[in-house]
Parts: sequence; C-alpha cells; structure tokens
Amino acid sequence: MAKLVTIPSKSMIPERDIDKSPILECVNLGIQFGGLKAVDDFNLTIGRTEIAGLIGPNGAGKTTVFNLLTKVYQPTHGTILLDGKDTHGMNTMQVNKAGIARTFQNIRLFDAMTVEDNVKTGMENEMSYGLWNGIFRTPKYWKQEKVAHERALELLSIFNMEDMAGMKAGSLPYGAQRRLEIVRALATNPSLLLLDEPAAGMNPSETAELMENIRKIRDTFQIAILLIEHDMNLVMNICEGLCVLNFGKVIAKGTPEDVQANPAVIEAYLGKKKEA
Amino acid sequence: MTFLSFLISGISLGSIYAIIALGYTMVYGIAKMLNFAHGDVIMVGAYICFYATSRYDLPPLVGVILAMIVCTILGIIIERLAYKPLRAAPILAVLITAIGVSYFLQNAALLLWSSNPKVFSSVVPEGSVSLFGGQLTIPYVTLVTIAACIVIVAVLVWFTGKTKKGKAMRACSEDKGAAQLMGINVNGTISLTFAIGSGLAAIAGVLLCSAYPTLVPTTGAMPGIKAFTAAVFGGIGSIPGAMLGGILLGIIEIFAKAYISTQLSDAIVFAVLIVVLVVRPAGLLGKQIREKV
Amino acid sequence: MKQSLKWNRSKTTRNNFITYGVVILAYIILQIMIGTDSITSTMEGLLVPICAYVVMALSLNLTVGVLGELSLGHAGFMSVGAFTGVTAAVALGRNVTSGPVLLIVGMIVGACFAALVGFLIGIPVLRLKGDYLAIVTLAFGEIIKGIFNNLYVGVDGSGLHISILSDTTNLAADGDLVIGGPMGLSGIPRESTFTAGVILILVTLIVIFHLVNSRAGRAIMAVRDNRIAAESIGINVTKYKLMAFTVSAALAGAAGTLFAMNYTTLVANKFDFNTSILILVFVVLGGLGNMLGSIIAAAALTILPEALRQFSDYRMLVYAIVLILVMLATNNDTFKAFLGRLKPGAKKKKEAV
Repeated sequence: MAKLVTIPSKSMIPERDIDKSPILECVNLGIQFGGLKAVDDFNLTIGRTEIAGLIGPNGAGKTTVFNLLTKVYQPTHGTILLDGKDTHGMNTMQVNKAGIARTFQNIRLFDAMTVEDNVKTGMENEMSYGLWNGIFRTPKYWKQEKVAHERALELLSIFNMEDMAGMKAGSLPYGAQRRLEIVRALATNPSLLLLDEPAAGMNPSETAELMENIRKIRDTFQIAILLIEHDMNLVMNICEGLCVLNFGKVIAKGTPEDVQANPAVIEAYLGKKKEA
Repeated sequence: MTFLSFLISGISLGSIYAIIALGYTMVYGIAKMLNFAHGDVIMVGAYICFYATSRYDLPPLVGVILAMIVCTILGIIIERLAYKPLRAAPILAVLITAIGVSYFLQNAALLLWSSNPKVFSSVVPEGSVSLFGGQLTIPYVTLVTIAACIVIVAVLVWFTGKTKKGKAMRACSEDKGAAQLMGINVNGTISLTFAIGSGLAAIAGVLLCSAYPTLVPTTGAMPGIKAFTAAVFGGIGSIPGAMLGGILLGIIEIFAKAYISTQLSDAIVFAVLIVVLVVRPAGLLGKQIREKV
Repeated sequence: MKQSLKWNRSKTTRNNFITYGVVILAYIILQIMIGTDSITSTMEGLLVPICAYVVMALSLNLTVGVLGELSLGHAGFMSVGAFTGVTAAVALGRNVTSGPVLLIVGMIVGACFAALVGFLIGIPVLRLKGDYLAIVTLAFGEIIKGIFNNLYVGVDGSGLHISILSDTTNLAADGDLVIGGPMGLSGIPRESTFTAGVILILVTLIVIFHLVNSRAGRAIMAVRDNRIAAESIGINVTKYKLMAFTVSAALAGAAGTLFAMNYTTLVANKFDFNTSILILVFVVLGGLGNMLGSIIAAAALTILPEALRQFSDYRMLVYAIVLILVMLATNNDTFKAFLGRLKPGAKKKKEAV
C-alpha cells in the first residue's frame, strides 16, 4: 500500500482565514455501529470563510460525518468544536441554533408547503412571536411576517427563484429542489453550511451555475461551506481544501492539487494497480 | 391459592387475546395495516359455531371447523374486495376502509342474527380439574384455551421459520418489491396471511364465547381492541410478542379486576400499555427501526 | 412573476374566506328555515350536535391533517371538555342565571381542562410514532371513559366534592350531584344554541387558519412533512407537536361542552372509541388539512344516518358500504382514472403536464 501523505490540517485553511480561529474543529471524531467503525479518528479544521470539500468513494462515510456534525447520530467518540464551543450533548436542533445548517443527499423538503414557506420555516431562529401573537395577529405578527416575506424573497433571489415562491416545494423540478434546500439552510443564518451532493442530478450548465452560486453565497454571507460531491470538476474548481475519506478513515488532506497527486487517493478511487 | 386461581384465569383470558393478537400482528406485519375488522371476524366465527352446534346439533368439533372455514373464506373475501385495491393508498384510507368493513360486519350480523344475546354453549365439556385437595379448581375450558394458544404459537413459529410459504411471508413483510423480484407471489402470500389470521379469529371467537357465553353482534369489538393493544404491547409484527402481550394483558386485566376495581380494570390495562410504550416505544419484543438519513 | 406570487397568497386567503362564507351562509339559510318552520324538528335537534361534531372534526384535522399524527382518542378530549365544562356551569349556575354566560364559562373551562390533559398526555406520548401513537391515543380515550364512569362530583354551598368509585360526596341538602359515576352528567343547564355552535365553529376556524399561517403553523407542518429536516433548521419538534396537540385538545374540549349543554343528561360512554372513529371518518372523508371538507363531511355524515331512517335497520349497513366505496373511489387509481374520463377537459390537462 502506498504511504499515506498526511498534510497538517492547518495547511487546508486558506491564507485569509489563518489569523482567525477556525469555525469547525473535529478531533478524533468517530462512530461505531455495532462492530463497524463507520467513521474513525476523523480530524478536520475548517476556516471562517473556507469552501472545503469532503470526498471519497461511495460508502466511505461522508454523509455519516455530516450526520455526526449535525447530531443526527451522536458520536461515540471524539469532539466537535464549533466556533471553539464543544457541541457535546447538543441535539440536531441545538446544533443548528449554534450555527450549522445542512442539505440532504436525498432531498428533504417540506413537500406540501410552498417554496416561500419552506424558506420562512428556516427563519425559526430569528422569529420571536409565539402562538398567541399568531392567533390574534398582533402588530408583532404582521411586522415579523413582513420581514420574513421580504427576506425569503431576497434569499430566493440568489438562485433566481422568486417567481417560484408560491409553488409547492414538492412540485419543483429536481435541480430547483436542491437549490431550495440550500436557501432554506441559509435562512437559518448558519456560520457553517454543509452541502450533501449539491450538484447530484444536475447537468453541466446547471452545475457551473451552482458553482458560481456557492462562491457567491460564501462571499455574501462570509460563511464557511463544507460540501460532499462526486463531481470532481466542481470540487477541484471551488474547494480550497479537501479531505478524502475511505472506509471511514481520512486518507488524505490538503489543497485540491495535493490531493489529486496523492497515490492513496488515486488508489481509493481507481483501485490498486496490479503488479505485472 | 386465590392468587394462583386469578393467575390461571388471567393466562386463559390472555391466551384468547394472544390468539386474536396473532391475527392482528401477522396482518400488520405483511400488509402494514391495522385490520380493525379483525375483532368482528371473531364474532362471525362465534355465531357460525353457535348455529352449527345449538341449532343443527352438530358436534362441537365440527362447529369449530365450520367456523374456521367460514372465517377463512370471509378473511380472503374482505382482503380481495376491500383492502387489495388500496395496496398503494395512504395508511389512513386503508384504516377507514377497515373501519367500514367492521361496521359492515357488525350491522350485517345485526340483521342476520338480531341484537338478542345468544347463550353460547361451550364447545369444551363442562367440568374442572381439582388440585391441592380441592383448593384450586381449573375448568376444562381454561386448560383447553391455554393449550390451544401454546399449540397455535408453536405451529406459527414453525410455519414462519421453516416452511417455504412461511419464509415467503416474512420476505413480503420485509420488502414486498424485493420479494416479488425473487419470484414470490405477493398477492397470494397476503391472501394466505389473511386466511390464517381469520381462521385463528374463529378459534378465538369460539374459545371466547365458551368462557364468556353471551354472544351479540358487538361481542368481538372490545376483545378486538384489547388484542390489538396486546399486539402493540408485545411489539407489533412479532409472533412471540403477540403471545407475550396477550397473556400479560389478560393477567393484568384479571388482577386489576380482582385487586383494584372491576369498573376501572380497562382503564388500568390501557394505562399499563401507555407506560410500557413510553418506556419501550416499539413494544416489549419489537425492534426499533432507525430512519436512514 | 410578482403577480403569480400575489395570486398564490390570495389563493390561501380566498379559500379561508370561502370556508367562513359557507358557514355563515349555511347559518343564515338554516335560520330562515327555522323561522319559516320549514325544517323538521328532528333536523332542528341535530343542529347543535352537528356544530359540535364540526368543531371536533376541525380540531382533529389539526392533529391528523396539519400535524400529521393519527389520533384514535379524540373523543376523550371532548369528554374532558363536557364533564369539566358542565361542572363549572352548574357550579356557576348557583349564583349566575344568564345562559350565555354559563355556556361561555363552561366552554372556556372545558377547553382549558382539555388543553391541560392534552398537554400532559402529549409530553410522553408524542415521542411515539405512527401506529404506536394511534394506539396510545386510543388507550387514552378508554382511560378517560373509565375514569368518568367512576367519578362522582357534586357542588353545594361549601364548594366542589369529588370522589371516585363510590359516591362519598356527602352533599348538603341543597347540593347538586353533577357527575354520578356510570349515570354520567345530570341536571345539565341546556344553554347550547345553534347560534353559539356556529360562533364556536367560526372561532375554531379563525384559530386554525391563523395558526396554520403563522410561524408555529409552518413549524408544525414542517415537522409533518419531514421531521429530520425540521430539526436540522432549528425547529423544536417536541414543542410544536405539543402545541398542535394541545390546541386541538382545547378546541375539542369546547366542542364537548357545547355538545353536553344541549342535553339534560349525558353518559361518559357517549364519548367512546366509536365516537373517536366517527370524527376521524369526517376528517379523512373531508380531506386531510382541508377544513371546508371537514365541515361538509361532519355535517353530511351526521345527517346521513337520519336521512337513511326510511331504510331503518339497513341504514348502518348502507353507511358502512358508502364508507368503503368512497374510500375505494378516492384512493384507487383504476377508479380515479375512470372518474377522470367522465370529467370533460380532464384529458387535455393531462397532456399538458
């Protein structure tokens, strides 16, 4: 087996974020399902405004990492520091309030609700009026609903989806559903956005547009983005740092260039060359 | 000694619940539906047996077999006409249809057999076994009920575990699509499940009315609901779970009647059910299924 | 594109207003019919129960249609509302004679107690899923029935007297036994009116529509559509489930008081499993989340057995067959396709998609 080239995690962080504390630090993170170590000894540091990629063959444990970060699964060992704070003991909802938002590999929208309502639902964290204000439609209700409406349209405009605001989310075309999931996640005001295969099922021109938009989101909101993606063109183009998983373990980390040249990565993707 | 006597009658009542619960659990396992009409099939079985033995003076065993045959056919017809067209429909639609079938059976029974209570004559000979010098007497019907339950569970465990049809049944309850691809006749298997469940309901009906001889068109409703809770109690979809749930429910009910209050016994049974489900959300022997994200 | 947005917003609002309108219109027509004596006394006697069932169906639709959880014990909340509301009305009736005041206070007390019970039962129970939740709500309904069948509550000059299993209330000579165990409620002030019923329906509609179109409503529907996604955007699933369940219970409680105060006596067995199922049938036939549908289904299916009286013994059989056929008709593709072909223009529409 080829020698692992492990580059110190710091080097993944782009220049501009080096002086700032990282938004996410995973230390020896892992989860065991019965005897299977689905993710083991996972270490990752992500800078404040970094776009990072998590890649690896199918079944490598990438989505499991997302599920650990968002506490859909509780890690069996290791630590997750979000903005320096340990998320130990938090549940999915609390992790979101702390700043992590995500999309899902198998799209999970609120299908029976409108596009606009999907986005507004994401504003749960910033809305404060309660049941009674809602039932009696107090001024507080009208004020916050107006703000929410405007903000929802503004967020939808990132992907030029304002004209779809009144449509049922479940009736949207596939690509639009993926984009809506991103908008909904953004509505929660995250400091770290996790995208699980955002380009899956998109054609090349849609993917190119998505790439632009991911950059735009990072630039506008000044947040960090970690994405899982199989489209290597997209990954190599927009990610500043990459982390490669195979069988639940990190096999390489670094800039896209480093990773591309890494023999362990090539082996994981293409298989070991047979000795003649 | 009274404690022991209560325990035995609890197990006996529980055995009846268990036999009904087996029908619920098997149908739920394969069709993922709560067959609310199941309790009313019990009632039909009891009426058939009643007419066979009391009106036509057939031997009890013939009455039981006749009841089983009629209920089995009834079960298959219900499945074909009411449930099969709704295989792809939402759960609630199927549930309401099952309720419709339940109303239908109750009201058809009302028209056919009137609301006058029938006095059911036990299919088991009268008499009892005396133990401990007469301190403990156990009626034959109690013994037969418990024995019937044990035999049925043993046969079902063997059937689902070892036979080809039984394995097909388990395959269908895991994944109908995959089962079909493996060459299993899914529709036939579901029909078979309904047939077995309804046949068991007939036995339960006869045993129930042998122990509690008043027979009216709504006789099956409450035992049906209780057996259904028993199935959930034990972990719905699990055959040993249905037996365990049924017997525990029977014991709790009899003890609650004996030591706390007759009127509140049902409330106590249901309260225990809630507590069990809150502590073990999938029932006593049920498996918790994790949603894939 | 702005237009389509406005159109969609107004579509929800318009549907809501149509629902209010239908209720008010039905009320006006029925009042005219009562005024001109063109309604049978049987029908007139059904008006308040219909209103109560409509509110029950609407409130259950909040649990089943909006929250997406199956409840088979909704009559339990109706029962709590009936028994506590009437007790309050009787107690108050010793000093107050105004009928509407007794009814309103009764309904508020009934709603509050039902909400409390809904909240308490909801905390442990709403963690369960699907059929397990359904069975626990069924169990809850039976427990409530068992308790009220064995509860004795009386009022006299020194206040409320409560005992369970046997009547040990020892009321003073002028006391009233409100709840008499298996005998149920007696001496109920008959203050429910059709007008009060319609007002309760309108209040229920306002509460539900306003709830659905608010932050809480969106969160509740989000939990229904996709629990995991809802958690991932910071929604407190337990809180919103409890909120929907409690509001639904409160409305059912008020309906229970309305229903009870239409009679002089009432037993707890009236609110049994069959009643819960009956209300569920209204909701499913009317359409999940469709409030107007619930109203129409509840009214039609309460009248139907009466209208079928000429079939006497066969009416419940017919009812059962109608129920099965409607379910088959609305949920079977072959059947739907058949119906679709009957509608003109339906084919054209399909091609466009």
